[in-house]
Amino acid sequence: MNMINLKIDDFDIQVPEGTTIMQAADKVGAHVPRLCYHPYLSTDGACRICIVEVEGYRNFVASCHTLVAEGMKVRTNSAELRQTRRDLTELLLDNHPRACLTCDRDGNCELQNLSYRLGVRDRLFAGDRKRFPIEKDNTAIVRDAEKCILCRRCVRVCAEVQGVYNLSQMYRGFTTVVAPAFESKMDESVCIMCGQCINVCPTAAFSEKSHYDEVFDALSNPKKHVVVQVAPAIRVAIAEGWDILGVDATGKTVEALRRLGFDAIFDTNFGADLTIMEEANELINRIEKNEKLPLLTSCSPGWINFMEHFYPEMIPYASTCKSPMQMTSTLVKTYYAQKKGIDPKDIYSVAIMPCIAKKYEAGRQEHFAPEGYPYTDAVLTTRELIWMIKAMGIDFVNLPDSDFDDPLGESTGAAAIFGTTGGVMEAALRTAILKLTGKKPENLDFYDVRAIEGLKEATIKINGMELNVAVANGLANARKILDKIQSGEKQFHIIELMACPGGCVAGGGQPHQPAEQFVYPLDTHIISQRQAAIYSIDSNKSIRISAENPSIKKIYKEFLKKPGSEIAHNLLHTTYSEKYPRGVK
Amino acid sequence: MRDITHLNITLDKSIVDYIEECRQKEHPESYLIAVLHKVQGIYGFLSEDHMYEVAHLLGVPTSTVYGVATFYHFFRLKPKGKYSISICMGTACFVKGADLVLQSFKNELGIDIKETTSDGLFSLEGTRCLGVCALAPVVTINDEVFGNVTPNQVPEILIKVKSIDKQAQ
Ligand code: SF4
Ligand code: SF4
Ligand code: SF4
Ligand code: FES
Repeated sequence: MNMINLKIDDFDIQVPEGTTIMQAADKVGAHVPRLCYHPYLSTDGACRICIVEVEGYRNFVASCHTLVAEGMKVRTNSAELRQTRRDLTELLLDNHPRACLTCDRDGNCELQNLSYRLGVRDRLFAGDRKRFPIEKDNTAIVRDAEKCILCRRCVRVCAEVQGVYNLSQMYRGFTTVVAPAFESKMDESVCIMCGQCINVCPTAAFSEKSHYDEVFDALSNPKKHVVVQVAPAIRVAIAEGWDILGVDATGKTVEALRRLGFDAIFDTNFGADLTIMEEANELINRIEKNEKLPLLTSCSPGWINFMEHFYPEMIPYASTCKSPMQMTSTLVKTYYAQKKGIDPKDIYSVAIMPCIAKKYEAGRQEHFAPEGYPYTDAVLTTRELIWMIKAMGIDFVNLPDSDFDDPLGESTGAAAIFGTTGGVMEAALRTAILKLTGKKPENLDFYDVRAIEGLKEATIKINGMELNVAVANGLANARKILDKIQSGEKQFHIIELMACPGGCVAGGGQPHQPAEQFVYPLDTHIISQRQAAIYSIDSNKSIRISAENPSIKKIYKEFLKKPGSEIAHNLLHTTYSEKYPRGVK
Repeated sequence: MRDITHLNITLDKSIVDYIEECRQKEHPESYLIAVLHKVQGIYGFLSEDHMYEVAHLLGVPTSTVYGVATFYHFFRLKPKGKYSISICMGTACFVKGADLVLQSFKNELGIDIKETTSDGLFSLEGTRCLGVCALAPVVTINDEVFGNVTPNQVPEILIKVKSIDKQAQ
């Protein structure tokens, strides 16, 4: 590799050819201010905040997309540079609502941060600014184009990471806007509601449709029995709301929910163990009959939306298992209601999810009881729950630990790992091997399917049989693997698909990266800390195979009979259908 | 992989064939603008259905097609009105107040340039010099030429066109 010598501020530095000035400056500790740049996305050059001075160049250059050259002399700071960056930021603010006090991103907004850091103080500009209505009646995503600064990170994440290409920049000049094709509502576009645009947006131009008002109402309604469940990826991320990274805060989360006034606190992990029972059964059936292979997992509603919009011809291959959230909610209004003698109509069922697409999933007609009420009444993101805990003045960090309630509270290590890419696969393998061989697998850790990377293939040997498996996260990777199957290039028995890059740990509803630190949204360090916490929950559990969960055994004995039984089929399985508009492949 | 079996194709066969030709070339997506030109050439504007079909046939995301269609001034997204009003924006007309005339049309009709009234009757365009500078400012409505137009004549002109339209029915 060719090395390039250059000088940045007072430092001589040698970097490989092809390095950008910004990357080189980072190496000497000069963090050039930036806004549209994101390390995992293509470089766009939309904001020009990252300008630097290069000796011999007439104009400032954008450091994020200018490559280093031999002998270059770069200055990252000067009075003129600072002034120009401030001017550029002020221009953005002149066209911005500046509603920080009442804004969802207040305290956590890259634009707010940047303007503070660059020294923007009073702003008296009173000219016209762009006006767009807020699109707030969607099922999952709120789009507030007035807060958009046209950095196009969302356009890039949606295309490059998710392969959805739902967003694009439209029109020009004052009326420029980022929106789906035909400026249709998000609900009427090919959006699969993963919420990654919310994650990467530096402002509040994208946010989740909040359900916390409804939940507070239910909590203060004495006629309602309010039940809540917590997804596997919440407990390892929630403490970030109090700046604590990579810890398992299960006990404190349960205690906080108790103090918020929930009547029963269940674990989505129980639903995950149940999902494995049903899904392993489905897999073994399909393998025995050699039909409808590969089995495509169905826990990620973002992936399901993607399949329905882009690959409807794959619907017959998808597992019919409801997601762990829906399994748990369904049992809350059937099994639990019967046990407690409560009319299911008086139960309000809340799910805490790291996910935006879950808000959509909860409202799907397929997930309504025959009597006409939804099994899940409201879905809160990790961010919304953090806010509710703070709003109630609960001192989260110093809370004692509390346990989930019976009968839907006990779970295994296999369920814990549902929250990360590869986890559903590993959990399924543990139970499938037990069922196929009658013996517990000798080693429960399937490192071959654990990965933070987006696509992994492996071959697992069971009883002399070879099981071809694949794990994909980020839907651009799902496209790759599905195209391989459709072209006949490769055959698999089971494929785990999750919409978000890294799995639910990096879901669209997870805490935003800390403000005022040089950390990007979806930072791999943060995601891998969440993952590590998940794996430690798994390894600390004495029971790590779903089929051995005593509460699962009990519910089959008392209520569900056996995996794939008629009642299990009616309550725990679902259907999918083709969606329009169809995505372009 | 391209799957267009779900598409109900309404585009003219010549366009479908042209897109097929583009698909054989190295970067089919780079022919998007050329394809859109052909669509507008035949239909006079780009309808949502047609853009959706182009996206699927050419294999370019629908959002990209719409982004391109809205970025370039020469694409129109709505059909022209039954009466297409063109205001000459050539130098002579401009100095003589064509912009004020245009503004008056905009106010009266409640539409902008390249838009069409909701009843489909009128659409507005700005055009280059029509070569009748002696009559500046000049407005044409379909084939009829109006010369020396002042902003306050605009309501009158519109009433006249409407009554002619009524009689014709
Ligand atoms: S998006 Fe950021 S800058 Fe804009 S109003 Fe919200 S907090 Fe303030
Ligand atoms: S939610 Fe996901 S699919 Fe929808 S626009 Fe955002 S990134 Fe794209
Ligand atoms: S919505 Fe957010 S991420 Fe997308 S362009 Fe606007 S500011 Fe950037
Ligand atoms: S960060 Fe370089 S142009 Fe936006």
